[in-house]
Amino acid sequence: MTRPMTRIDQTFARLRAEGRKAFVSYIMAGDPDLDTSLQVMKGLPGAGVDIIELGVPFTDPMADGQTIQLAGQRALEGGQTLQRTLDMVAAFRKGDDATPIVLMGYYNPIYSRGVDRFLADAKAAGIDGLIVVDLPPEEDAELCLPAQAAGLNFIRLATPTTDDRRLPKVLTNTSGFVYYVSITGITGAAAAQAADVGPEVARIKAQTELPVIVGFGINTPEAAQAIAGVADGCVVGSAIVKEIGAGKSVDDVLAFVRGLADGAHRA
Amino acid sequence: MPEDRINSFMSGPDENGRFGIFGGRFVSETLMPLILDLEAEYERAKTDPTFWAEMDDLWAHYVGRPSPLYHAERLSQHLGGARIYMKRDELNHTGAHKINNVLGQIILARRMGKTRIIAETGAGQHGVATATVCAKFGLKCIVYMGAHDVERQAPNVFRMRLLGADVVPVTSGRGTLKDAMNDALRDWVTNVRDTFYCIGTVAGPHPYPAMVRDFQSIIGKEVRTQIMAREGRLPDTLVAAIGGGSNAMGLFFPFLDDKDVRIIGVEAGGKGVDDRMEHCASLTGGRPGVLHGNRTYLLQDDDGQILEGFSISAGLDYPGIGPEHSWLHDVGRAEYVSITDKEALEAFQLSCALEGIIPALEPSHALAHVMKIAPDLPKDHLIVMNMCGRGDKDIFTVAKHLGVQIKT
Repeated sequence: MTRPMTRIDQTFARLRAEGRKAFVSYIMAGDPDLDTSLQVMKGLPGAGVDIIELGVPFTDPMADGQTIQLAGQRALEGGQTLQRTLDMVAAFRKGDDATPIVLMGYYNPIYSRGVDRFLADAKAAGIDGLIVVDLPPEEDAELCLPAQAAGLNFIRLATPTTDDRRLPKVLTNTSGFVYYVSITGITGAAAAQAADVGPEVARIKAQTELPVIVGFGINTPEAAQAIAGVADGCVVGSAIVKEIGAGKSVDDVLAFVRGLADGAHRA
Repeated sequence: MPEDRINSFMSGPDENGRFGIFGGRFVSETLMPLILDLEAEYERAKTDPTFWAEMDDLWAHYVGRPSPLYHAERLSQHLGGARIYMKRDELNHTGAHKINNVLGQIILARRMGKTRIIAETGAGQHGVATATVCAKFGLKCIVYMGAHDVERQAPNVFRMRLLGADVVPVTSGRGTLKDAMNDALRDWVTNVRDTFYCIGTVAGPHPYPAMVRDFQSIIGKEVRTQIMAREGRLPDTLVAAIGGGSNAMGLFFPFLDDKDVRIIGVEAGGKGVDDRMEHCASLTGGRPGVLHGNRTYLLQDDDGQILEGFSISAGLDYPGIGPEHSWLHDVGRAEYVSITDKEALEAFQLSCALEGIIPALEPSHALAHVMKIAPDLPKDHLIVMNMCGRGDKDIFTVAKHLGVQIKT
């Protein structure tokens, strides 16, 4: 099936042509407040970020460690809602029509809004893809299939527990890229080891043409370089969110991100 | 059991773990292979006579089943209407119905070769039951408990520690059952290979709601036999309290296809079911959403953010409810009502005074509803309420509400 290329597909095509790895960064929408997070977001492409993952705060983030839990709490206490997150993306798009944006979060805020309404609004705001942690392939009819039909990428997580028997099921209906979760665990926990991750990425790539991006447990430029070196790129989330949580200025946060991006791009 | 499965209320869930639109498997990919393994293991066990032989033996000799079905004569006289029976699951080892299910899950865990058991607990009854069975089988046990509940259920915390469990106070959120479940899931996703998550109620991803229901159904099966022996017929009304809803599902399930049996679930109304949302009545005051692996009625705001419940009873303090209850509610097979903290406290005292039974605050909610309906029912109307837990753990909470200082 041929689908129109999304910004995600275009970005990977460009990176492949340039022989570069992708650096993906995660921030929580509305953390610590809407203005600051929008300023950080606007600065990410200039700091070397190829794809932005924007976290949607949820009261019960079961796959996240404390760093991202607290970021979500700060955002919710500041009045962040799914609507505000969509507005934030629309505001970003006014100055940047190229950088892909992937919303990452949990299903209930989307389900509560109504899937059809959410997809129409997300598309209109300029969102390119979705990562919804609590929607495995078994629940594809909920959001994955409608999202693809609406022209959004649905990016699936593959994990160390996704064995070869299950992998085809995970890859079916995945688009944009595959997000390989480097550890069994929550975000911001154990450190990912390139020696462990490499063979796993190769195992996935043997079954798909899609780029494989590795996340969880990457928190230094060196780790970003090492992990990106054995994959098509890497994601850093908690380490950046921790800087924001510590009250660092937007410039300092972006300088930190630049270090990570440079690490990944050296790979 | 009726021949006609299409018109049966007992045929769920379907192969996707759905009861109508409710239930399902809304978990991260890391957990998905485990949940499928568990489902396969449970499907094997369900039809394996050796599994049930082991359960029956432990139920009889370790738990003390069958629990009595007791005619609450003075309470019936006092209320002046229906004939009231109490299913005495508070007499089980560990003092509540929770152990019925824990035994089943721990035997499964052993069959699957898991050596580390995790559990969440609200009132502490499920935690105590899990710690107990883990001690019996020599398994490592970690219990996640909201920090607020650790404080209001101190006796159960000490009990779990005596039994060798690690009790981990959970400080995220408001520190109640929902937050404990989040942290248990985080532990599970981190320790998938050796860990079994022993869920205490009929919620979570498929197969938990069906599996826990099946283990708890021993309650309703016994009631059928016992009431036939005592009265020669089935009860007219069943009443049970609902947090997640495991004791209620256990009592209700074997009667779902007996259309003449009226079924009433009692939610925790806290300070009253109104806009202030200081309650835990998911069906009365919530709407469908997705949390903790299943779609069900949830207390949530307009943005789909989960609200904190409120109840005097730590065991009912959960913003969701088992998916099968949501389905029974929507198809109209069961009725769901709510009882306030104040009404539950009155029922608690009445049970002590008239029957010499100190009930837990959870079944006090069920009893409070019985007090509401019994006076207007005829004398030959048979009500069975599930006395699913004893109140020893709650005496400090009750004393505080009655303005009594207990010196320790």
